[in-house]
Amino acid sequence: MKPIIKVDGLGKRYRIGQGKTYGSLRESMVDRLTALFRLQNRKSAKTDCWALRDVGFEVQQGEILGLIGTNGAGKSTLLKILSRITRPTTGRVELHGRVGSLLEVGTGFHPELTGRDNIFLSGVILGMRRAEIVSKFDEIVDFAGVEKFIDTPVKRYSSGMYVRLAFAVAAHLQPEIMLIDEVLAVGDAEFQKKCLGKIRNVARSGRTVVFISHNMAAIETLCDRCLLLKGGTMVANGPTHQVIADYIASMAQWQTGTVSLLHHPGRTGSSDHSMTSVTLAADGVDPASVMQMGGTLEVKVTFKRVRPVLPVIGVVIKDSHGIAILGVNNKFIASNQFERTAMGTISCSLSDLPLLPGNYSLDLYFGDGTQDIDVVCDAISVEVLPADVFGAGQQPPSGTGIIYWPASFALTDGSSQECKLTDVSARAVA
Amino acid sequence: MVVIEGSGWRGQELRELWAHRDLFYFLAWRDVKVRYQQTVLGAAWAILQPLISMVVFTILFGRLARVPSDGQPYAIFSYAGLLAWNFFSTAVTNGSNSLIGSTNLITKVYFPRVIVPAAAVGASLVDIAIASLMLFAIMPFYGVGFHASLIMLIPLVALTTLAAGAFGIWTSALNVKYRDIRYALPFAIQIMMFLTPVIYPVNMLPERWRWVLRLNPLSGIIEGFRDAIFGRAFHWTGLGASAAVTLLLLVASVSIFRRMEQEFADVI
Repeated sequence: MKPIIKVDGLGKRYRIGQGKTYGSLRESMVDRLTALFRLQNRKSAKTDCWALRDVGFEVQQGEILGLIGTNGAGKSTLLKILSRITRPTTGRVELHGRVGSLLEVGTGFHPELTGRDNIFLSGVILGMRRAEIVSKFDEIVDFAGVEKFIDTPVKRYSSGMYVRLAFAVAAHLQPEIMLIDEVLAVGDAEFQKKCLGKIRNVARSGRTVVFISHNMAAIETLCDRCLLLKGGTMVANGPTHQVIADYIASMAQWQTGTVSLLHHPGRTGSSDHSMTSVTLAADGVDPASVMQMGGTLEVKVTFKRVRPVLPVIGVVIKDSHGIAILGVNNKFIASNQFERTAMGTISCSLSDLPLLPGNYSLDLYFGDGTQDIDVVCDAISVEVLPADVFGAGQQPPSGTGIIYWPASFALTDGSSQECKLTDVSARAVA
Repeated sequence: MVVIEGSGWRGQELRELWAHRDLFYFLAWRDVKVRYQQTVLGAAWAILQPLISMVVFTILFGRLARVPSDGQPYAIFSYAGLLAWNFFSTAVTNGSNSLIGSTNLITKVYFPRVIVPAAAVGASLVDIAIASLMLFAIMPFYGVGFHASLIMLIPLVALTTLAAGAFGIWTSALNVKYRDIRYALPFAIQIMMFLTPVIYPVNMLPERWRWVLRLNPLSGIIEGFRDAIFGRAFHWTGLGASAAVTLLLLVASVSIFRRMEQEFADVI
């Protein structure tokens, strides 16, 4: 069968300082200094960086293809090329059908306009014809569940309503090829389920979906086939469960208990390279990549910068679906304010962590108290091992939530309860 | 079938523009609606702006400086000029800021980019429509009758729209790459107003310098506005020159835009 998407030798080069690129510490220092003299900055920006290199694959009609990889692996760049937002530096793409892209929820929404107006505006921006929107209008409103507020400006919507309406418009696009970037990270669980169902229906009706997500559970239930990108190149292309296994294995190199952050793929675009390394220690073992349930985790972040700042460190712990479970930050603890310094190691101790067994990933934030200077997502991970935390001779069941919690139960025997009830009724009569 | 290659995606632009005609309409409609919703006086601004300028200019230039006005009431003379000029300058300014104001669209969804500045220019048509009604309302007070030539205002406004489109499309693309445009443009427009016969008549200039004004497409257009309003014979050579320069500028501006739009999403 002829593929509906055919990608050949695709590459995208960015100039440093233009997009998501990774420079060395020296480069960012030079950039910082020359930022004062913009002309010189432009001269020094000659270094190239390939966000995508030599990627080739085919997608058949009706397939749901998953794209996975760490931040900066090139997933979004690939989707942007497929949706024609940016053009490739090398290579070629053939698309046999109308393309609809959903790279963000609420593209084209204007806060001052009503829900009704925004359905039309966002609809035509996403590529629908006016007549098409008119015919699907009721369906869209119904899917979003915002009938009562359809003539209210969307700036007065709750964030949940806003997201539902925005997704509802996008979900009623009917292109032959649908490109979706991590839109399921929004909305409540029930709405996410509804969205997943909608995507599945889209594919069942013969259309093709390319889907980026960090949510491995969603990828696993939706996609037949997956591509794994790493550093801009395609490292795996095959059945979903196999590629996900590869992905997790490739993440294992970040599981040694200590990680250099200098060239970390999880560093976000505008960050500088203040954080140089992170080390985990658990229950006295240092470094450690595993810990016991209920144990104490120590996160030690080393930083080094040119100019001193009032250092602030934030740590966010996420589960294997990328959902944040907790976040801590010394900025909000009065007794944990530090002196202005250019280098050092801040250690953050988290005692009695109520995490269930499983793999957890840590995002690190470094800032000066007013803004984030350096952010590294999925900087390091830790495996939590089951333990008999309540001394019951067995471990608490997992799958009953995202954390466990000490609780105390009390039983009042039946007769005394009846007695109380009579007391109440007696008082009521009195 | 769509083919995406390094050199861009050529050959189907006209068909794509046509396919996105609804987008043009809705973007223009959004601009108008949001503008009038957010301002207290709403559409009144379209009337107040030229009206107040007219009063100020009539006192300053008509009465005090005694600038000639082709023997017509200076108030109508200057309002006619301001009608065209205010529309042109608003449309160019809105057009030039339109792309950088649509960053969230440019980086998230594909459509022919030229629709964004074109819609911003188109949305300004509402202003000139309202301001024209005001003109018709004040004409009788100055003893200016209604002539059949008023119908020429329609093609003249169309020509002004194309001229504004040429400048708006060109500066919107430049604005993406060089944010200096944002600061330079209002200044340039101000200077350009004095190089255009908005508050003075063309014949104030010595004969041998008038060709300089012909290079400015707005000169012929504004003269045309006055001819239409006062029922005079049209200067067809002047209008022809304006139309020719406008079309040339438009072709140049669209081709510059097409070359620059390839990297909008990367640099915006």
